[in-house]
Amino acid sequence: MTAQTPRSGSAPLGQSAETSRPAPTPPKGRNPLERREARLAWGLLLPTVTAVTLVVVLPLLAIFWISVKPVGLADLRPPVPVVSEDLRGRPEAVGDAATLRYRLRNSSQDQVISGVLLTDTLPKGLEIGDLDPRCVLDGREMTCDLGDFEGGYRETIEIPVIIGQAFADAGMELPDSPPGLTGRASNVLTSGSFTFENFARIFDGAEFWGVLWVTLVYTVFGTIGALLFGLFAALLLDKSFRGQGVLRGLYLFPYVAPVIAVAFTWIILFDPFSGSANALLIQMGVTDEAINFFGQRPLALIMVILFEVWRYFPLSFLFILARMQSIDTDMYEAADMDGASPFQQFWYLSMPQLLGILSVLFLLRFIWTFNKFDDIFLLTGGNAGTRTLTVNVYEQAFAVSNIGAGAAVAVVIFACLLVFSFLFFRFISQEEGL
Amino acid sequence: MSIFRHGYVAGPILGLLWALVIATATAVVFSFATGGAFRPGGIGAGLLGAGLGALAVLWPRLAGPVGLGLGALMSLTPLAPVVTGPDIAATPALLAGGVMGAATGWPIAAMMAGCHSGALTRHEFEASVIRFLTGFGYIFFTAIVAIPFYVMVMTSLKNQSELIQNPLDFSIDLSKGWDLFRSYSELFGQFNFGSYLWTSFLVSVLTVFITLLFAVPGAYAVARLRFAGRAAISRSILLIYMVPMIVLALPIYIAFSMLGLRNSIFGIVMIYPVTTIPVALYMLQGYFRGLPAEIEEAGLMDGLSRLKVIWQITLPLSMPALASVSLYVFMIAWNEFLLAFMLLDDPSKFTLTRGIAALNSSEIPRQHLMAGSVIATVPIMALFLGLERFMTKGLTAGSVKG
Repeated sequence: MTAQTPRSGSAPLGQSAETSRPAPTPPKGRNPLERREARLAWGLLLPTVTAVTLVVVLPLLAIFWISVKPVGLADLRPPVPVVSEDLRGRPEAVGDAATLRYRLRNSSQDQVISGVLLTDTLPKGLEIGDLDPRCVLDGREMTCDLGDFEGGYRETIEIPVIIGQAFADAGMELPDSPPGLTGRASNVLTSGSFTFENFARIFDGAEFWGVLWVTLVYTVFGTIGALLFGLFAALLLDKSFRGQGVLRGLYLFPYVAPVIAVAFTWIILFDPFSGSANALLIQMGVTDEAINFFGQRPLALIMVILFEVWRYFPLSFLFILARMQSIDTDMYEAADMDGASPFQQFWYLSMPQLLGILSVLFLLRFIWTFNKFDDIFLLTGGNAGTRTLTVNVYEQAFAVSNIGAGAAVAVVIFACLLVFSFLFFRFISQEEGL
Repeated sequence: MSIFRHGYVAGPILGLLWALVIATATAVVFSFATGGAFRPGGIGAGLLGAGLGALAVLWPRLAGPVGLGLGALMSLTPLAPVVTGPDIAATPALLAGGVMGAATGWPIAAMMAGCHSGALTRHEFEASVIRFLTGFGYIFFTAIVAIPFYVMVMTSLKNQSELIQNPLDFSIDLSKGWDLFRSYSELFGQFNFGSYLWTSFLVSVLTVFITLLFAVPGAYAVARLRFAGRAAISRSILLIYMVPMIVLALPIYIAFSMLGLRNSIFGIVMIYPVTTIPVALYMLQGYFRGLPAEIEEAGLMDGLSRLKVIWQITLPLSMPALASVSLYVFMIAWNEFLLAFMLLDDPSKFTLTRGIAALNSSEIPRQHLMAGSVIATVPIMALFLGLERFMTKGLTAGSVKG
């Protein structure tokens, strides 16, 4: 507020002051110092803004563009005309007849390449016979205008030649200069063809709603579980004793270790054939036969939720512990004097103090769990009823090879994200004053 | 509720619950340590626990020694607190029973401290329950965190036939000597893990430097300078922080395919910092805001330019924050999997995480997979434990990302 008041122009001053002498008017607009500061600020921010625009904003726009495009994985390699050149007829001496052969094809099976142009420098010492009518020879430079190649098109151009002395001297071999071949192919990524088929495909049928449901279950239970475990762990460590530092370090391990390492460890631990967990459960008489933890519904979903809770409770516990240690202890002493029992102290004193950080953590973790990809991808690959939206992006784009559909799912994720971040800023701004 | 608030009820009940927890823990520890068949004996453990709980209320000093003796003794009867299979000799069985009894007796005496057999006040009762929950919590959390890492390390030291023969046996046969580390020598020898380790290290360090290079000026601008659009920038940083990587990975994959940047370390080093800059910027600006502005103003008054103020005053003051941000960014880059997985196909350019992903095939024995995981985990753990103070601070300084 203070920065704006001086700028708002001549504020009405007292009547008496105006009559006696000209009132000192505050400077209008932004003064040079402010302008310089702003310039400096933008200068300092420029590298970051540029980088983030290139790698975050552009890809986001690209996702919207691709989601309305019929793009498959194969379309990422645009169709090109391909040529190979060889000399046939096994010439052995000067004066032998041979055939210079160009084999041409369209690398794509279904897309047209237009305006194909073949250029080649013919080697010295070859006497050229009848040229193909589409080709023109200028000195040793040959240019052939081959027109359009349909999808899957193949052609062979043969030019009869007679071996000359210079060619025989060069070892009877074609020089290492590959012929040039150019053509224009329409790239589906930049063309004007649009489709809503991607969206129609992903919203079609029960699959999408199943995926959405799994995502929500995973997100809600993963978040709440991690928060509750984190709260419990924080309560345990909210006292000083010998070894507290060691335990705190130990409890952070799941979060700090590379996800790929811990995910594979879980897979091996819970392996149905030779996993230790199954062996232990069978020996303890909990189950008679091995359980396929990551391979059957709905156990697989429960397992990935447990993994999420296990991996992220350290984060919640760190934040909650930091908040707990900043609570004034006087309050507890006073409550103790008044006869409040330990549980009452926790419920009526600690919880209200922790509610702020708990709700911030809940929202942030909710968004992050919603966005989680690596964990489920590594644990189950999205099988056995664990396919979330993020895994579905990968499935559609790379397993089904339909990049467009993958992008459409990504757009759906982004839309959800916008809703969440709206909520986030509504609530968190009040909580944390961001 | 009030019936529970009597020493002679609360003691045995807590004792029973605690004994079940301890019996399970003991059985798991002994199974893993020896590979033999140990399982908690529900009835035996329950009876022992209830008895010790009652004892803890009446004669607290006796609970420990009696637990030790009685636990060992009961392990020879059908009411063993830790039931052993037929192939277990008497000594380990006795040991398991004794350990279980002792680990029940002494703690339960401590839990019931201050309680007597009659009616308890709400304070005394809840204090005991809380002590019970605390003990349970330590065992529970330590188990769930330690077991997976223990399994990871031990599996990497075994060979295929040992693993299939008895998946529970995590004892180490020290007589094998250096042969224990065969998986590691094979990974470094045949699977090129030395080069992966170096690539990962290089990429992570470069990421840290580039991130700081971008984030420090940006964070300073957001924290200190006044300009139109400051609030908007501050919010967009948070917003970008929330865009899921998989959404960005798809267009980045397409662009890199077209530009020929896939399969190049350069491409990876280009992309990693951008994913960490928003986090670093957010953490740093929080710290910069906490620094007293007066010192910087004094520098300005003495004729330093803004950039010099940043270089000579702000940065030296924010060394702790820079350390924790660097550690955090290093951790993100070191652990990054998705982009490396999508963008790198050429085994000569793999990072560690990508290298481990390549080990996940049915032809490669899984002790190799676990050895690879250990190789990736140990450096980051060592770094983290060595600099834990910075790390915990850095993590709470505004990063909830993961």
